[in-house]
Amino acid sequence: MSTLEIKDLHVSIETEQGDKEILKGVSLTIKTGETHAIMGPNGSGKSTLASTIAGHPRYKVTSGTITLDGEDVLAMSVDERARAGLFLAMQYPVEVPGVSMTNFLRTAKTAIDGTAPKLRTWTKDVKTAMEALKIDAEFASRNVNEGFSGGEKKRVEILQLELFKPKFAILDETDSGLDVDALKVVSEGVNRAQDENEMGTLLITHYTRILRYIKPDFVHVFVDGKIAEQGGAELADRLEDEGYDRFQNVPA
Amino acid sequence: MTDTATHTTGEKARIGAPSISGFTEEGENLSPMNEAASPIGGAASKAHSHGGGAGIPDSSRAGRLTSYNVDDFPVLTGREEDFRFTPLKRMGGLHKNELVGVAPELVVTDANVSTLETVAMTDARVGSAGTPEDRISANAWKHAAEAKVVTIPANSTGEQVTLTYTGTSTEAAASHLVLIAEANSESVVVIDHVGSAVLAQNIEIDVREGAKLTVISLQAWDEHAIHAASHLAKVGKAAHLKHIAVTYGGDLVRLTPSAHFEGEGGEVELFGLYFADAGQHLEHRLFVDHATENCKSNVLYKGALQGKDAHTVWVGDVLIRKEAKGTNSYEANRNLVLTEGARADSVPNLEIETGLIDGAGHASTTGRFDDEHLFYLMSRGIDEKTARRLVVRGFLNEIVQQIRVPEIEERLAETIERELAATDS
Ligand SMILES: Nc1ncnc2c1ncn2[C@@H]1O[C@H](COP(=O)(O)OP(=O)(O)O)[C@@H](O)[C@H]1O
Ligand SMILES: [Mg+2]
Repeated sequence: MSTLEIKDLHVSIETEQGDKEILKGVSLTIKTGETHAIMGPNGSGKSTLASTIAGHPRYKVTSGTITLDGEDVLAMSVDERARAGLFLAMQYPVEVPGVSMTNFLRTAKTAIDGTAPKLRTWTKDVKTAMEALKIDAEFASRNVNEGFSGGEKKRVEILQLELFKPKFAILDETDSGLDVDALKVVSEGVNRAQDENEMGTLLITHYTRILRYIKPDFVHVFVDGKIAEQGGAELADRLEDEGYDRFQNVPA
Repeated sequence: MTDTATHTTGEKARIGAPSISGFTEEGENLSPMNEAASPIGGAASKAHSHGGGAGIPDSSRAGRLTSYNVDDFPVLTGREEDFRFTPLKRMGGLHKNELVGVAPELVVTDANVSTLETVAMTDARVGSAGTPEDRISANAWKHAAEAKVVTIPANSTGEQVTLTYTGTSTEAAASHLVLIAEANSESVVVIDHVGSAVLAQNIEIDVREGAKLTVISLQAWDEHAIHAASHLAKVGKAAHLKHIAVTYGGDLVRLTPSAHFEGEGGEVELFGLYFADAGQHLEHRLFVDHATENCKSNVLYKGALQGKDAHTVWVGDVLIRKEAKGTNSYEANRNLVLTEGARADSVPNLEIETGLIDGAGHASTTGRFDDEHLFYLMSRGIDEKTARRLVVRGFLNEIVQQIRVPEIEERLAETIERELAATDS
């Protein structure tokens, strides 16, 4: 059983007009086996939260803490966080020139586990996971994300989630840009990872439709860099009907 | 947030016949810098044009002057089409001075059946495979005191010979080599360049009927070397030349491999790998002249750049003449810029004068390895050093694996490691 704890997190970015505060005191605790959905309008700071957890250098934590089983995540480098068991499925995965998927997956797996995976079982694991996510075998020999469509990139993020077996997965709008079939395939992948590995999930989304396939235990409404309201799965249904207006009309 | 990989291409293909089946073109984004091709010096090139330059624009490769006589070439100003990227000031006078310094010494190792001769420049074999295509090459021709001739005998197989040029002087010098792969021979020739030198060099490569020759030319000079080399290849009927240029040493290297088909069914593969560090100028300009029917050419050069003012230039001229029916040709250049301040110029030029070809295409990309790539790889647990190595090795590997000479592949792997270690610090 692991715990990822975010306490009163304030985050700024540097802009041409000086520092701009984007996260204005976020607190959130996720435990193994739990699925938390973060829902909020565009620009509310959801990706900022995700990227800050992963350690993207652009985001400056001005106060607050993030801990993983008591360990200070903010003191870790980006790669250390991944090795500690954090995984971010990115909203916009980048194309990495020159590196084949095969080579990338094996190198990352070796880094995360601390030892190289046994070649035979690894090849089989990759193949099985690709088939389950309906990713063409030919993708293994292509460069990381190079020329992949938006939907293909998202599937490949979930492929990594299944192979790397993190303690906590943060999924940043993994559902956006997916058609219904792809959404189902990807959701099944997340659910498999949740069932088979000891994992907690932070599911960031703009729409409620993915919540039909991935059932959240908690829903947090994110507005203007803060959690405006929390509840169970039923809160998502209310958002579906009412939208975010109710929250945005309240002056910040 | 996702503005990461940048893709640029050079000039668009000049296409003789507008719609040709099998013609593909990649990398549509034109780099504004390269949009206007400056025509090369008109009168001289017309007067001396070989192969019917009539009606072909000045910038066409078909109209370019070739001559053994240095005085036929106008004095270089740096504004010429084929010198517009080359910093003449850094050429050590190779393009204008008397080249009377001591040329690097040639040592041949591992020769089994091949022979080495030293002959006068008046020997019939000198000039049998090529004619200078620029002023530096002609200047080297004029000043070479002698020529070395390496011959791989007809019908021999399995020869793998190494020619090592070791330079010890910084005075401008000239050298000449004729490499002959006799009919139906199969061989690998490694030409290694090490030490210090200011050298203008011609290497004629005569691949005779049915011969299969691999030439691996390593420009592995010490850091101050200046090297301008013309590799002039003649590819006979059903002959196959695989030419691999590997350039990472020297202050300025300008290599111009050109391949001319002399009979049907010939094939050339031109591969290249370059790694430019701070301040280095590494230039590769190649020319594939399809002048006969049913020949095939494939070009792939890959370069990595790092450090302030690292500059690479790649120009790929492919000319498919009217008589070259059934040609199949593809050329590509890919660059990976690892740090700020480095610059890669890449210009593919495809000229097609007949519609009756099998296929022709070109591609050029320049990608940047930036913080977003690094973040992505590191967010998967990979540490920074490993991430950089992963990217560069993966990128260059496509060329390295073409070499198929284990000692050289190993040496290259070590070189790449060393170059990368320099970025880490
Ligand atoms: N690099 C940046 N420069 C300027 N503003 C930024 C940058 N990145 C994010 N922002 C701003 O931060 C806010 C939150 O962005 P983001 O975290 O991407 O929101 P969400 O993921 O909820 O759509 C937005 O107002 C956005 O414009
Ligand atoms: Mg977002």
